[in-house]
Amino acid sequence: MSGTAIANPGPVADAASPDAASGARRTVEVDNHTLNFGPQHPAAHGVLRLILEMKGEIVERADPHIGLLHRGTEKFVEYKPYLQTMPYMDRLDYVSPMCMEHSYAIAIERLLGIDGDVPRRGRVIRTMFAELTRIMNHLLNITTYALDCGAITPAFPAFEQREHLLEFYEAVGGSHYHVNYFRPGGVAKDVPPEVEERIRVWCRQFPAFVEELEGLLTENRIFKQRTVDIGVMTPEQAMEWGFSGPNLRASGCAWDLRKAQPYEIYPELDFDIPVGRHGDCYDRYLVRVREMMQSLRIVEQCLDRLEPGPVRIRDFKIAPPPRRDMKRSMEALIHHFKLYTEGFHVPAGATYTVTEAPKGEFGMYLVADGTNRPYRCKIRAPGFAHLQAMEVLSKGHMLADAVAIIGSLDIVFGEIDR
Amino acid sequence: MATTLDRTARSFLLTELLGGMWTTLKFFFRPKATINYPHEKGPLSPRFKGEHALRRYPNGEERCIACKLCEAVCPAQCITIEAEPRADGSRRTTRYDIDMTKCIYCGLCEESCPVDAIVEGPNFEFSVETREELLYDKAKLLANGDRWEPELAKRLELDAPYR
Repeated sequence: MSGTAIANPGPVADAASPDAASGARRTVEVDNHTLNFGPQHPAAHGVLRLILEMKGEIVERADPHIGLLHRGTEKFVEYKPYLQTMPYMDRLDYVSPMCMEHSYAIAIERLLGIDGDVPRRGRVIRTMFAELTRIMNHLLNITTYALDCGAITPAFPAFEQREHLLEFYEAVGGSHYHVNYFRPGGVAKDVPPEVEERIRVWCRQFPAFVEELEGLLTENRIFKQRTVDIGVMTPEQAMEWGFSGPNLRASGCAWDLRKAQPYEIYPELDFDIPVGRHGDCYDRYLVRVREMMQSLRIVEQCLDRLEPGPVRIRDFKIAPPPRRDMKRSMEALIHHFKLYTEGFHVPAGATYTVTEAPKGEFGMYLVADGTNRPYRCKIRAPGFAHLQAMEVLSKGHMLADAVAIIGSLDIVFGEIDR
Repeated sequence: MATTLDRTARSFLLTELLGGMWTTLKFFFRPKATINYPHEKGPLSPRFKGEHALRRYPNGEERCIACKLCEAVCPAQCITIEAEPRADGSRRTTRYDIDMTKCIYCGLCEESCPVDAIVEGPNFEFSVETREELLYDKAKLLANGDRWEPELAKRLELDAPYR
């Protein structure tokens, strides 16, 4: 056997090889093999194609290949009036739709210079639904993550809870996911009083559910064996890799945009930021569970702050006039037609608007050139930064740990591929 | 010392595993959260965005006046309208097509319609076997409107204070 025996499938250094005659014993390295993980693997959380270089069962290199869900949202946004691209924001991170709309709505408001004029009730509703969305997102993440680690039970009661939240979505926005509810200048329609009451009732029973969920997972030895000390991220590393949201907080950085650069009514709300200590998969789980309880606190405070009033700005150049006015007044009808055909013109300018989406810092970079559609739109998806750390996180771990790491990072391909 | 003892005892007695199993067992005896779908259905609000329908006035006259606002606002560009004056001089559509395979169910057509003609109804069970059947034309949409009118009118009435 001459040359470099790299592409050798098995151990061959034996006496039969011609080199053995020369007397020098050689050890031939067994080649690493490459494993395609996904894009149709259920534990890949969507259409992730992960190229794993394995040495036996140890991951040597993890190379995520993305783009299988690319729909060109950023380019699309540049060709449509602002109002008409709002429904496409729901389709970015499709497990937390309203938080995606939130960044876009605030970005447009900042460009228009009306971010201070959004009515109080509109703000409270947006904050409340952003937090309900956070609970919804974490419920899905925790349970699918547990599913990847072999625990199937938590998924069923958690999806029952999620179904309640989706019904609230449906009651205000008309569908379970693609609601198109947040608008520049407020929200599309008011929250009916009976829905407020239903959310209140739901809030009362939710802590008992979280207790059960924790009873199933937090101390469970199987879950802990699969997650403790797996995929450790130090705070420095986490910042270098561009982490944000629960993944960054699990590493020990108390960085939350709701506190660091508050928007909506967050400054007046009383809530804590759960912070992890070790930055491993288990801490990422714990931070999410605690965050759900904090979000519940916020939702309860928002319910107390919901006072009757308008929910969208009374500027008919930006938000449609009420329907009864549109039917009677010619001026309102003209506004209605102008708004739904031409849209509104946004003064030239640029903004990078971030909100604390359930997955982390969701940023919207919008450049307006004075026309009715953006000149440029760049979406900063938190999952994109988290996915690139797959390499450092899974190096040296077993294949099954790579699955736990993907689960703990909370990756959704709608926002990564955009 | 006490905590170590405590933890060792817990570990040997499998407390957390048994606790989890106990929780699972409790779920077993709770009322079922699932529904028997084709026979039972979940609640729908008046705002639900389902299959489209074109409505008529109570006297049978079609509402749509071919203002083409829905065509203009549709982000997916799935609505196609052609219009010309009718024999009696009123402006009506000659063609009103919705490509249901393109539609993203955002509800902007319903929101923009000044005469409440195009609505997204409560029907979500309109799956068909071929793609062509999802290219709705005016006759299909008007038929939908006739079939669902009592519910559509009720929905609009319930949601009117919020629109």
